[in-house]
Amino acid sequence: MVEVTIRVNGQDRALDIPPQVSLLDALRERLGLTGPKKGCDQGACGACTVLADGERINSCLALAVQYDGREITTIEGVDDPLQAAFVRNDGFQCGYCTPGQICSALGMLAEHKDGAPSAVTEPDAEPGELTEEEIRERMSGNLCRCGAYNGIVRAIQEVAEPETEEVSS
Amino acid sequence: MTAVEQRGKAVGAPVDRVDGVAKTTGTAQFSAEHAYPGLAYAVVVHSSISRGQIAAIDTAEASAIPGVLKVITHENAPPMKPAPKQSMVNLSTIVSASSVNYLQTNEIHWDGQPVAVVVAQTSDAAKEAAALVDVSYRPAESFVDFAAGVPSAPLVKGNAFIPTGGKKGDAEAALAAAAVKVEARYTTPPYNHNAIEPHSTTAVWDGDRLTVHDATQGIDWFRTHIAMRFGVPAANVRVIAPYVGGGFGGKGFVWPGTLLAVLAARAVGRPVRLTLTREGVYRTVGGRTPSVQQVALGSTVDGKLTALVHKSVARVGRTGGQSEPITSQSRHLYAAENMLLEQRAVEQDILPTSSMRAPGESIGSFALESAVDELAVSLGMDPIELRMLNEPERDPLEGKPFAHRMLREAYAEGARRFGWSARSPEPRSTKDGRWLVGTGVASAFHPLMLFSANVTVRVSADGSVLVRCAMQEMGMGSATVQAQIAADALGVPVESVRVEYGDSALPAAPLAGGSLQTASVAASVLEVCAKARASLESLAKKAGAATGSSPQEVLAKAGVPFVEAAVGSDTRFGKVAGQLKMMRRLLRDRRYVRAATGAHFCEVRVDQDTGETRVSRWTSVFDVGRVINPKTAGSQLRGGIIMGIGMALAEETLFDPRTGRIMNAGLGEYHVPVHADIPPIDVSWIGDPDPTMPLGLLGVGEVGITGVAAAVANAVFHATGKRVRDLPITLDKLVP
Repeated sequence: MVEVTIRVNGQDRALDIPPQVSLLDALRERLGLTGPKKGCDQGACGACTVLADGERINSCLALAVQYDGREITTIEGVDDPLQAAFVRNDGFQCGYCTPGQICSALGMLAEHKDGAPSAVTEPDAEPGELTEEEIRERMSGNLCRCGAYNGIVRAIQEVAEPETEEVSS
Repeated sequence: MTAVEQRGKAVGAPVDRVDGVAKTTGTAQFSAEHAYPGLAYAVVVHSSISRGQIAAIDTAEASAIPGVLKVITHENAPPMKPAPKQSMVNLSTIVSASSVNYLQTNEIHWDGQPVAVVVAQTSDAAKEAAALVDVSYRPAESFVDFAAGVPSAPLVKGNAFIPTGGKKGDAEAALAAAAVKVEARYTTPPYNHNAIEPHSTTAVWDGDRLTVHDATQGIDWFRTHIAMRFGVPAANVRVIAPYVGGGFGGKGFVWPGTLLAVLAARAVGRPVRLTLTREGVYRTVGGRTPSVQQVALGSTVDGKLTALVHKSVARVGRTGGQSEPITSQSRHLYAAENMLLEQRAVEQDILPTSSMRAPGESIGSFALESAVDELAVSLGMDPIELRMLNEPERDPLEGKPFAHRMLREAYAEGARRFGWSARSPEPRSTKDGRWLVGTGVASAFHPLMLFSANVTVRVSADGSVLVRCAMQEMGMGSATVQAQIAADALGVPVESVRVEYGDSALPAAPLAGGSLQTASVAASVLEVCAKARASLESLAKKAGAATGSSPQEVLAKAGVPFVEAAVGSDTRFGKVAGQLKMMRRLLRDRRYVRAATGAHFCEVRVDQDTGETRVSRWTSVFDVGRVINPKTAGSQLRGGIIMGIGMALAEETLFDPRTGRIMNAGLGEYHVPVHADIPPIDVSWIGDPDPTMPLGLLGVGEVGITGVAAAVANAVFHATGKRVRDLPITLDKLVP
């Protein structure tokens, strides 16, 4: 057993856990935070996406003991206009992948703002507008079997646009 | 209906989902997310052979893991009753996925069948111990290779509601004599539903009373089935499923994980949660059958169809399965003078196949609609023109009238939106850099039934309305659309209506399948609201309320706290009456052919060197009657199209033909479409109500996927000149 303290959604949470417990299982089964979902437990679907010190990670592929002293944000700790944009644009159907999509989108917007390129970014591209193609590429680690992709992209565009203007001005 | 139209504002409006906040803030609780004191975790151990017996099972090492409560095998499991025989008299029997009575026998019927369940205090202990259960087998010879089973597959027996074949005139003679003909063999691979929520059950016994949180598409039949298997009255079982993380048919039957969670909870005397691993979903929840299809079309030189032959072979497991009505759309789409339709299925030692989104039409339309495109090419005719030339006035096979059919209008509108007239018909004639660009069309077709639902409504003096019905929500927007319907039927704002659902303690609803839930529940919501209005009107008269008073004003004036009304009942008598009503409805509905239809337009870009295929544009126009909520209906139709694009280009469940084991049981190796694969999908509808349906609505859950794979394959042919008849259209099939 290993003792760790993880700061989750702004609160220090102490855990005494076997080292093989994933961050996802620790959140869902030991801290009662069931917002992050388990879709595959293999890092293939993105439903478990949370923010670790602001960066998006697949919490099913992370060991909880690695996050001692780190700051984790789950959907329960998110309060962002993106959530309302998802509702307005019908960016979900069953809702199971949604917490992961939203956390991933927040991490992705921050990455883009920091100038991180993606596979579809041209080498000489100026940092600026987040095109639809860029969003789709950068969000491809989050599967939605109901097929709400169009709505998700529109929701992200809606909240991203004000930020892009800020960057370009 | 006219009154509703006059009064209504909510029906037809793009209302946001009522559960949107819960789903975007993480408060929506799915079936693996309910906390219970003393909750234990169960993990399934799967068979590694496809047929034979368990020779010995050693649980000592697994039991020694700290935290393990019990390793349950066929040697120590509590009793469970065998699955009932399927019967049309008791429809709950059809949710039985397999005849195997898990952990009650040492017989193995498929690779992956559960052979043990480990229950522990934590999920990590259960997982670790499950890997240590040591099973040895006496394998028997198994029959698992689909290709080897195709030649000897027998004809499928149909029933009154799902036809399996058909014959008109002498199609084979007409084909032989036809001026122009095409004949080809098409294949589709096995597919899996892959709802992102894996099947999960939390089971809690309290004496002989049971509470089950389960990801189910059919609460009522599920409850009856579970009660029967565990020998308790149905009234003792409560099924709670307000949120189901996607189903697509995969959660319509009772699969082993559910039964084993309930069994394990009984064995350890504690609440038990059993969540299948993703691999466990593949290995214990059946997917779609593979198919081999033969389609032959004969026509005059002008394109009038003289012969239509469609023959299919599917497979089922030896212990159960669905062979899908693969020739279904071929009965209804074209006015061919002579027709021959035939369905066969082979039984193999694999897990039972199950229904997956538009069973039958999804894969059947791939073959038929590809063949029609091939005929258009042979005739040198536009594929839409060929379809319109053969568009029937009445059902071509049985001569029944169509309840509603506006496929012509759908094609005309789709062609306009997509810009079809600009198309050059010559294959491989459009290039954009290294991309070969092509376009294709195909028809969508999905038949619709109406079941019966029990609903109650309460209109309160504070202006609130409560609609109660144990229907399911797995992304369709069920509560949202029924609130819209009730609001208009009662003449109240939609915000004042709350819908309770997803709980067997509520009045029983049919399963969410066959695209029938919304219409079936809507029929009862309209009926129950009419009853409530009648009560309100007589109350208004008695109390002398002014004409045109709102329900709230009437109740205030009368000094009555609320009025209630009910449709159907959950008593034994009420259930029988409900079933009779449904049967009457189904028989009445057999007088005509009722279906949702649509026209798909697809543009693909194929890399001329690598064969990489991208869908770059999509337009679909549907005839789905009246649309209650354009936002949620649009999403469902898009979702179907996207699943169809996956089916066309990437998805495939790979069974090892020697062992029957699924070789790609994971989302890393079974490729469902991702964000990058999906362009903006332009979806619209004609909007004309179907006269045989409540409010004129036709279910939209399944029609979207039908025809999609053919539209993609036809576009790929137009782009490259290569006709791919074997799905999925992967690049190895396109490289020069």
